[in-house]
Amino acid sequence: MDIMGVLQKLATESGFAAFVLTEGGWKNLVMILIAFVLLYLGIVKKFEPLLLCGIAFGCLLSNLSYFIGMGDNALYHPELWSQFLDSSSPYYHSYGHIMSNAGLLDFFYIGVKAGIYPSLIFMGVGAMTDFGPLLSNPKSLLLGAAAQLGVFVAFFGAVLLGFTGPQAASIGIIGGADGPTAIFLTTKLAPELLGPIAIAAYSYMALIPMIQPPIMKLMTTEKMRKVKMVQTREVTKTEKIIFPIVVATFVILLLPSTAPLIGCLMLGNLFRECGVTDRLSDTAQNALMNIVTIFLATSVGATMVADSFLNLDTIKIVILGLIAFGISTAGGLLGGLVMYKTSGGQINPLIGSAGVSAVPMAARVSQDVGRKYNKNNYLLMHAMGPNVAGVIGSAIAAGFLLSVFG
Amino acid sequence: MQDLVNISIPTAAGTALLGYLVVFFGLVLLMIVLLIMGSVFEKKRASAEKAAAIPAPTREAPVLTMENTLPKAKGTAGELKLYNTEPKDAAMIMAIVADTLGKPLNELRFISIREVTDDEV
Repeated sequence: MDIMGVLQKLATESGFAAFVLTEGGWKNLVMILIAFVLLYLGIVKKFEPLLLCGIAFGCLLSNLSYFIGMGDNALYHPELWSQFLDSSSPYYHSYGHIMSNAGLLDFFYIGVKAGIYPSLIFMGVGAMTDFGPLLSNPKSLLLGAAAQLGVFVAFFGAVLLGFTGPQAASIGIIGGADGPTAIFLTTKLAPELLGPIAIAAYSYMALIPMIQPPIMKLMTTEKMRKVKMVQTREVTKTEKIIFPIVVATFVILLLPSTAPLIGCLMLGNLFRECGVTDRLSDTAQNALMNIVTIFLATSVGATMVADSFLNLDTIKIVILGLIAFGISTAGGLLGGLVMYKTSGGQINPLIGSAGVSAVPMAARVSQDVGRKYNKNNYLLMHAMGPNVAGVIGSAIAAGFLLSVFG
Repeated sequence: MQDLVNISIPTAAGTALLGYLVVFFGLVLLMIVLLIMGSVFEKKRASAEKAAAIPAPTREAPVLTMENTLPKAKGTAGELKLYNTEPKDAAMIMAIVADTLGKPLNELRFISIREVTDDEV
């Protein structure tokens, strides 16, 4: 046995050597540092930790195991997915080819690529969400619609910055403030941007308490912020049961491309409300949600390989994402201001900013800002209406973009 | 058919505007559906309340009621007087007290529950 030969082989095949010996190996090192920063943000700063820890660790695993020209031990193979998407490749849309060559994270990623994980997350969100505030005040839907402004402004901005139509659509949806929707649409339209878009979407969702209040203060007066809203009507159990059936039927017929997201969202909600599927509701909002979150986060993180992440486009996406979030907040507030005027000052415009989805964080921000100006003001339940309307609104926006660019 | 991959700026502007309108259109239609649904249920509830408000024809109550003659149920710990307190809140308070003391509710006796106003504190 040639001991020196074995040692030399081990040394040249090690990841440490690969940092220096492979083409662009140093970029892996940078990505590993980025993964550490994301882990720090998730664990210490608690920025969406359930997602960010998984994303960061997926990124770490991917960049520890994949080096250009040394793909044998890789957990994620970007070249396999490039062939999968290349219509001139013999392996175009071949899951068989992926599965016969895949690493662990490639297998996880199949669930993202097929749109399974975001839809299952939506089922869990549906099972967790009480649509009662929306049912008691259906006008909240207007705020959910108004707050999609950032999606389309960012889309336009991305086109101006030179992105293709499908890429711009995927960047724009960051403004919907809905991680699963952003991942769902990006996987379909611009999978090469999945890493930066997912990171931008979840980071900004975590930063909502910092992004929104200055815009809220800028666009409203103190008098408006102090408005105390009256109690809305009580919603019956029957209404809550009928709601998911009506929404699924109506929205999917209107925009069939929303079927996976809206269908799962409403199925989860039906489990919650119908009263005879408590076990399924419990599974959807806990066990299933947690399992899918693990797979979704790690596989999205795995797509953050150096070559596709370390470029100017990532910086542009981060900036456009922030603009999208800001404009969506402003759009919702504009809707709130219109409702304030038309209702004769009965509606507090602060609830408009909750229309950006991001349940329930955006509604909490409305509540917190409102209470700062009026200690006896409880806006939370009023803000939950636009907040859940935003989930439906961002799914419709994604459905529209998918039907145009898909 | 226009090239939507290398999309031109005017087409992008048109698509953005159309997209925003589609979202509004979809949600406004959904709002109308929910408003109709809500008004149907409200009417139903109002008519049910109206029916409940009309007193059912009853025979004149006897002077001596059954309640006065029957012994109290087993485990009953006397009467509870509520001052400015809803029965729902009282039930919650009693449950919290029982939980805090670690004793079953039927082993505790509550005589009265009274709301303490800010002025009295």
